[in-house]
Amino acid sequence: MAESDLAQLTERFDYLTERVSSDHLALNCPADKLIELCTALRDEFGYDMLNDVTAVDWDAQSPRFTGFYHFLSTTKHDYLRVAVDCPDDFNPSLPSLAGLFASANWHERETYDLFGIRYEGHPDLTRILMWDSYPYHPLRKDFPLAGIETPLPADDVAEATGASVLPAPMMGGPFTSSGDGPMSQTEPSAKDESWSEKQEKPTD
Amino acid sequence: MATTKEISIGDIGSRVGEGESELQGETMALNVGPSHPTTHGVLRLKMELDGDVVKKCEPVLGYLHRGAEKIAENMTYNQFVPYTDRLDYLAPLSNNVAYAMAVEKLANLEVPERCQAIRVLCCELARISSHLLGVGVYGMDAGAWTVFMFTFTEREKLYTLFEELTGARFTTSYTRIGGVARDIPEGWLGRVLEFCKGVLPVLDQIDKLLTRNRIFMDRTVGIGAISKEDAIAYGLTGPNLRASGVDLDLRKDKPYLGYEKYDFEVPIGTTGDCYDRYLMRAEEIRQSVSIIRQCIDQFPEGAYYAEDAKKIFAPQKAKVLTSMEELIQNFMIVTEGPQVPAGEVYFEAENPKGALGFFVVSKGGGVPYRLKIRGPSFCNLSIIDKLIPGHYLTDITVILGSLDFVMGECDR
Repeated sequence: MAESDLAQLTERFDYLTERVSSDHLALNCPADKLIELCTALRDEFGYDMLNDVTAVDWDAQSPRFTGFYHFLSTTKHDYLRVAVDCPDDFNPSLPSLAGLFASANWHERETYDLFGIRYEGHPDLTRILMWDSYPYHPLRKDFPLAGIETPLPADDVAEATGASVLPAPMMGGPFTSSGDGPMSQTEPSAKDESWSEKQEKPTD
Repeated sequence: MATTKEISIGDIGSRVGEGESELQGETMALNVGPSHPTTHGVLRLKMELDGDVVKKCEPVLGYLHRGAEKIAENMTYNQFVPYTDRLDYLAPLSNNVAYAMAVEKLANLEVPERCQAIRVLCCELARISSHLLGVGVYGMDAGAWTVFMFTFTEREKLYTLFEELTGARFTTSYTRIGGVARDIPEGWLGRVLEFCKGVLPVLDQIDKLLTRNRIFMDRTVGIGAISKEDAIAYGLTGPNLRASGVDLDLRKDKPYLGYEKYDFEVPIGTTGDCYDRYLMRAEEIRQSVSIIRQCIDQFPEGAYYAEDAKKIFAPQKAKVLTSMEELIQNFMIVTEGPQVPAGEVYFEAENPKGALGFFVVSKGGGVPYRLKIRGPSFCNLSIIDKLIPGHYLTDITVILGSLDFVMGECDR
C-alpha cells in the first residue's frame, strides 16, 4: 500500500523526495508546497487524520528547524511522515494546516510555544503550555535544561512576593551533559560542586 | 531562621475578564479551575454564559507542564522510563510499554514471546484500571456515587497485583529497552485470573446501576455528541473516537505485541454522545478481561528480555558479579545508555485514553536527540472549545468526565 502511494505521490508532485526513515513512509516537502500536498493527502490519498505535529531543532546546522507531520489513514491504516525544512533559521515559519485539519490548531500552538516557529495563517497563534508573557522557547537546543530566571506571570503576585521563576536545581539529578562525544568522557551536569570533603556544605 | 511574611493577593478567578472588551448584554464570564473537581486535574476553562447556556469556552492548559520532552534529551533511554509513568498516571504500565516499544522499533529489536505476553498483560490490566476509574468517576460526575465505590474496590486489587509485579503500586517504571525489569513472580498469573473472575460480577453491578438508570441516561444521552467527521478532524483517538462510529483500534489495525493472536471485539458507537463513550469503556473492560484470559491460557516460556541485544539490555546481576564480559556490558549500558542506531521513528500504541505516540529522533548513542510525546488527552481535549458551547453549564461536568482525559499527558 505504502509503496504505491510513494510512486503515485512522487509522480504527481515532482518536488517530493523520499526521506530516510526507520519505519513507515516518509517524505521531504518544501514549505511553500505543504498546503497543496496535504490537501491532496487528505482528499485523495485517504490520510485523513493528522495525529502529530512537531519540530526538531538541528542546532548548528542549516536549515536549523524541520517541521514534522504524522498522518494516519483511518481506512488504509498506514502512517505517513512529512518533513518540512523551515527556510529561515532566525525567524522560522511554516504554513499553517489549521484550515485543513482541526487537530493542527493545538499542535501548531504547542510547536510555536516550544520552538518559536510561526505558523502563517493560524487563527490564534498563542502559547499553549507556557504562559503568554513567557519570553523563551524552551525546546530550542540553546535553551538550558535548568531554565532561565524569568519574571512571574502575574505582576501583582510578583510585586507582593518579590519572587521570580528560578532555574531548577540540577544537583543530584540523573541528567547528562549534552556535550559531544561518548558520555563516559563528559562530566554529568548533575554534580554538586558547591561542597566537598575539604569544603563544608553551605547552609541555606 | 524561617520568617513568616503575610501577603495579600486578589482573587485569581476575578482575572478571567481581564484584557477582554467589556461584555455586552447579559452574558456572564465564568472561570472554572485550574483546580476544580470537574476538571479532573488542573485544567482551566474561561467561559461566557448566557443564563445557563455556555456561549464560549476557552480551555487554558499548561498548569502541569514539566518539560518531559526537554528532560528526555538530557538522559539515557532507560532513565526516562520513570518519567513516562507520569504521563497518563492512571495507566503507567501501558505508557512504559509504549515508550519501550518506540525505542525498540528504532533499534529494530524484537522482544521474545514471553516478554510480549507480559507486556500484553500489563497493557490490558492498565486498561482495566484506567477504565474502572474512568467509569467510576464518570458516574460520580453524573451524580451516581455508588459506582465509584465498586470500581475503586477493584482498582485496589489491581494495585496489589501491580505492586507484586513491579514493586510499586502507582509509578511502576516496569519496562526497560529490550525487555522488562524482572520476570513475573511465582503464582502471579493465578492471582490475575482470580481478579478477572472477581471483576466480571462487579461490571454487571455497574451495568445495573448505570446503563438503564433513568437519571444517568437523562444526563448523558444526546449530550456532547461528536460527529464522525469532527472526531477524525480533531485527531480524537481511543474510546472517544470509536464512540463516534470510527472503527480504528491500533491493536487490531496496526497489531503490535502479537495482538493479532488474540480474539477480541472492538466496540463501536453510533451517536458519539456522552452515553456512547460510557458504553465503550464498560465494554472494553470486558474485552480486556477476555484478552488477559487468552494470554494466560497460552503463556509462553522463555526469556523475558531480548537475550541477543547485548548493547541494549543490561545483563543479569548474578552474571555481572561473576563474569568480566558481563560486568563491562553492564557498565557500558549504565554509563552510556542502550546503544540505539541513528534514525527517526514514530510509534503509537493503543492506550486506555487513546493513541499514545512517541516520535524518537536519534543521532546514535544512548541519548535521544529529540523525543516528542503525542498525548492522546491533548488531542481529545482540543475539541472542547467546539463541543461545549450550546450546552448547559451542568452538562460540562458530564462532557468533561466522558472525555476521560488526564492532564499529566496533556501538559507533559
